[in-house]
Amino acid sequence: MAEEKVLLEVKNLMKYFDTPRGMLHAVDDVTFKLERGKTLGVVGESGCGKSTLGRTILRLINSTGGQIFFDGEDITHVSDAKLLELRKQMQIIFQDPFSSLDPKMTVSQIIEEPLKIHKIYKDKKERDKRVIELMKIVGLDERYVNTYPHELDGGRRQRIGIARAIALSPKFIVCDEPVSALDVSIQAQILNLMMDLKDQHGFTYMFITHDLSVVKHISDEILVLYLGKMVEKTTSDRLFENPIHPYTKALLSAIPIPDISYKGKEAQVMKGEVTSPIDPPDCCRFAARCPLATDKCRKECPDFIEVEPNHFVACHYWDQQPKEEKA
Amino acid sequence: MGENLLEIKDYCVTYTVDKINSYAVNHINLSLGKGETLGLVGETGAGKTTTALSIMGLLPKYGVKTSGEIWFDGQQLTGMKEKDYRKIRGKRISMIFQDPMTALNPVFRVGDQIADVIKIHNPKLSHGEVGEKVDEIMKMVGIPPERKVEYPHQFSGGMRQRIVIAIAIACNPDLLLADEPTTALDVTIQAQVIKMMKNLQKELNSSVILITHDLGIVANFCDKVAIMYGGEIVESGTLEDIFDKSLPHHPYTIGLFDSLPNITEKTDRLKPIKGLTPHPSELPDGCKFHPRCPQCMDKCKSGDNPELYIDGTHCIQCHLYSKGDK
Repeated sequence: MAEEKVLLEVKNLMKYFDTPRGMLHAVDDVTFKLERGKTLGVVGESGCGKSTLGRTILRLINSTGGQIFFDGEDITHVSDAKLLELRKQMQIIFQDPFSSLDPKMTVSQIIEEPLKIHKIYKDKKERDKRVIELMKIVGLDERYVNTYPHELDGGRRQRIGIARAIALSPKFIVCDEPVSALDVSIQAQILNLMMDLKDQHGFTYMFITHDLSVVKHISDEILVLYLGKMVEKTTSDRLFENPIHPYTKALLSAIPIPDISYKGKEAQVMKGEVTSPIDPPDCCRFAARCPLATDKCRKECPDFIEVEPNHFVACHYWDQQPKEEKA
Repeated sequence: MGENLLEIKDYCVTYTVDKINSYAVNHINLSLGKGETLGLVGETGAGKTTTALSIMGLLPKYGVKTSGEIWFDGQQLTGMKEKDYRKIRGKRISMIFQDPMTALNPVFRVGDQIADVIKIHNPKLSHGEVGEKVDEIMKMVGIPPERKVEYPHQFSGGMRQRIVIAIAIACNPDLLLADEPTTALDVTIQAQVIKMMKNLQKELNSSVILITHDLGIVANFCDKVAIMYGGEIVESGTLEDIFDKSLPHHPYTIGLFDSLPNITEKTDRLKPIKGLTPHPSELPDGCKFHPRCPQCMDKCKSGDNPELYIDGTHCIQCHLYSKGDK
């Protein structure tokens, strides 16, 4: 059954924050399904609601509206006791390996904390064994077991964060920009590690990032967000071959490519900046920066429609845009 | 070619903290002509920022040992008196800092912060003239001059970085050091800032040293490239020398390129460089890169630095290409 394949389903999820200046629409009407063993990349600029989306799905913060189904079960409003059970199955890897680890805990204490909380093992000995095993899995040398995070570099710290997230063998992991704080050569090591772990343990990832080249590398499907709204969603290959939404196009053309044959090709530089997410007008949120915007865009909110199989776009003019010229 | 604006000769910086020496910059040689842009590429701890601070004369006073020479437009900067340095710093050499969130003073209006530089270096200008100059510079970086009365927190990250750039170019410097100017910004804003910097560079005909770890930006922006590792320049040359895959390269350069996820073609696995960048206090003997190098040979593990392989403008510091024993 198709039901079985889907691990996570999000329906019309909304998260508004009440601020003194009005309602901040961080996540607005997000709907998607994520199949087991797949990776969904979530892309967008800062402030577009990527992290809020990840945290709302994990119930680290409560949603304002909409529903979250995990493994066929509605978890939008489950009790705290039930939530604790759920935490075994869904985990998060945080962006910043410098602030997401308790500086007063040793590496082994950090990794064993989830095992302790969920009382997975009876005694300390078994826990220690598992900690060593986890450290091996993520490529941390055993001798670091009693060191503190500040003694280690960013790459190793991020490995601790990963070990802690996979300690309970979860089904679903939200990766919130796990490599953006790392150097390129280390970034590649961590990305490879995460892909290996996925293959070996069958994790399902939601990979939040602003780096499009990373997301292409790791994701099966990509969801582009702009100011809390879904802008485009399709398979990762399709998105790079045939981006339809003007925002996606602008994002793609803004990536600096490390190849001098591209030099001289003026990248389309998008004007303006992300507008305020507080009380946004009921229209296309990208209209203020869009080169193709018309009055219709400034009045009506475009629907998120399927323009070709498994390719969704929210734009009034998806069919009237000039075709992307092939390089 | 003509006169080189900046010439760094056999320059070293050693920091000493708690009797432990950190060899941040080791025997680097660099030259930069007028109007040229140089990309200084390397990872954390490679010595990029220390190099920039040395040129600015902003290294800490204590616990630092330097040797070698830095020449700027015929003047030697190393050992220059602070009084003289002040006439150059901010006027002829200026720097764009990495983090626009912390580089600005939060309690001063941005217009005043730009005006500060102009006043110091042009003490004869009247109040009105300084104001005009501030307006002009703000227009150049694409911020409406009306906003000069606002405070840094009222600007977004991209706008703040524009103000930092405005401060740096306020006196039409001959040399601009940009230390990861776009790392803290989003891609679309990064594209805006890079485009603006390109235009400004053409307009002012300044030389620029762009410090970055993003090879994509280098390919877009620079004429020359120097790759740093462990405080040394392991490879340098023109943009074409470095980015042409058919030419010989330092194994570290190859590793850097392979580590990047490629958006133009599909790869299943990245090929990272194994191991970690060494801390500058624990640099290995011999070639600094040898513990991580896939082509390491016995002679790489000890002894002096490998000889430079030189092919026109292209220099590689690696035993693989040393003369006589290929």
